[in-house]
Amino acid sequence: MIELENVAYSYGGGELLSEISLKLQPGSFHFLTGPSGSGKTTLLKLCYGALLPTAGHIRLFDTDLRGMERDDIAMMRRRVGVVHQDCQFLDHLPLSDNVALPLLVSGRDLLSESANLKELLTWVGLTQRADARPPELSGGERQRAALARAVIMSPDVVLADEPTGNVDWEMSQRLLHLLIELNRMGKTIMIATHDLALIRAAKAHVQARVLRISNRRLQLAGADL
Amino acid sequence: MDVSKLTDFLMGDAQADRVVPPTGFTAWLTLFSAGAMAFLAVFAIALSLATGRLADRWGDELARSSTIRISAPAGQMSDQTEAALTVLQTTTGVASARAFTDEEHRALLEPWFGPGLPVDTLPIPQLIEVIEDSDGFDAEGLRLRLAAEVPGAVLDDHTRWRKPLVRAAMRLRLLGWVSLLLIAATTAAIITLAANAALAANEQLIKVLRLVGARDGYIAQAFVRRFTLRALGGAAVGVVLACLAILLLPSAQVEGGFLTGLGLQGWHWLWPFVVPPLAAVVAFAATQAAARKTLKDMS
Repeated sequence: MIELENVAYSYGGGELLSEISLKLQPGSFHFLTGPSGSGKTTLLKLCYGALLPTAGHIRLFDTDLRGMERDDIAMMRRRVGVVHQDCQFLDHLPLSDNVALPLLVSGRDLLSESANLKELLTWVGLTQRADARPPELSGGERQRAALARAVIMSPDVVLADEPTGNVDWEMSQRLLHLLIELNRMGKTIMIATHDLALIRAAKAHVQARVLRISNRRLQLAGADL
Repeated sequence: MDVSKLTDFLMGDAQADRVVPPTGFTAWLTLFSAGAMAFLAVFAIALSLATGRLADRWGDELARSSTIRISAPAGQMSDQTEAALTVLQTTTGVASARAFTDEEHRALLEPWFGPGLPVDTLPIPQLIEVIEDSDGFDAEGLRLRLAAEVPGAVLDDHTRWRKPLVRAAMRLRLLGWVSLLLIAATTAAIITLAANAALAANEQLIKVLRLVGARDGYIAQAFVRRFTLRALGGAAVGVVLACLAILLLPSAQVEGGFLTGLGLQGWHWLWPFVVPPLAAVVAFAATQAAARKTLKDMS
């Protein structure tokens, strides 16, 4: 589904990631952990083609990203849902339009998709907030809206970058359970987080593989998790 | 771009149009510059067309007429005039020739000396107007005959001053077209700057659109369509104002000469209506290039 082979990424003259090899199998659940600045976000961006590696190969759905046109990568990205810590909304649009944005850019008719949109907003508990603008939303509401946007195209993979970074424990549990629910629907999930408590809580419900970035390299985390 | 794509582009997508927020500064800059440039473009077109007409008239009408000036003592003026007319009647290529009357002489001198000039008592040369036929006459041959038979006659076939005038008119016309090109280039430059400003102001929006799988074409089109329509609208307003300004110019009269003939005539009134679509094409190309470059640089 997503495969990284001996990937390295350099920025500003320094190597940020080195010899990264990773294979995300369909339906698998991964946590990506490591200290701040270790390269978790960079690795996620490499996984969905927002960044291209300086060495090695990345295959997205069996297609090597190297040499692909930007538009082809964009098409590929529609099969990957991404949740950012800062959510990245368009503040001038209401929440429902922000959630529907992937449908909009892929040329789908929003009217015919309105039932799906409503269902999705109900799933994340935001039906009452559909007309609110992003700045009016709380941190938890924004994260749930970002998750709804990430899955509206029914992607095969969901990548979440610190999705619980700005929310309280209760809300982080709620978000985690939404992600676990998605995994049970067959979606591949990878969550970048430095919240070890969240990982422990997840492992009680789902068989998750925990990866750690240390010294620019990716390792399988130890039994302490 | 085929017709269906052009139609889709012009009709737009109401859903997609909402994605890019309205940007007041660049919107007004585009509208104003397109309007101002269209206004100037209409005047450049009018200048080119007027100078073209002038060059044609000077080139065509003056090329077919010449003047013979007879300077002779008062007692010989009549004989030499008759002799010159006789020579002209037997010259191949001359369609007609006639001596100016006193009234015509007076009319010619009136702008300098005022009305009521006693031309019959003044030593004024006699003028003879010569109209040539389609084949024309041999000016050098005619000069030699006149020198032999009418010693006071001087042939002026207008070549001396007609050519520089026609050349000047042609250059003015060229200047008009060059002005149009410069106006188009300036419009493109202003719209490129405005589009770049809009794209830079919407960097976050572009990141979000890319995050959710938008292709460059989709992102570019959201900006290109907006700038194209603004340029079209602004240019349409500029053209209407320029046409009104031209209509308000003093009407062309014989005495007015070139300046009052600057207006548009006949089917030439259709030319201004070419300006808005051209402005839209220029805006489309400029914004498309700016968007493509910015999106590439943002990768």
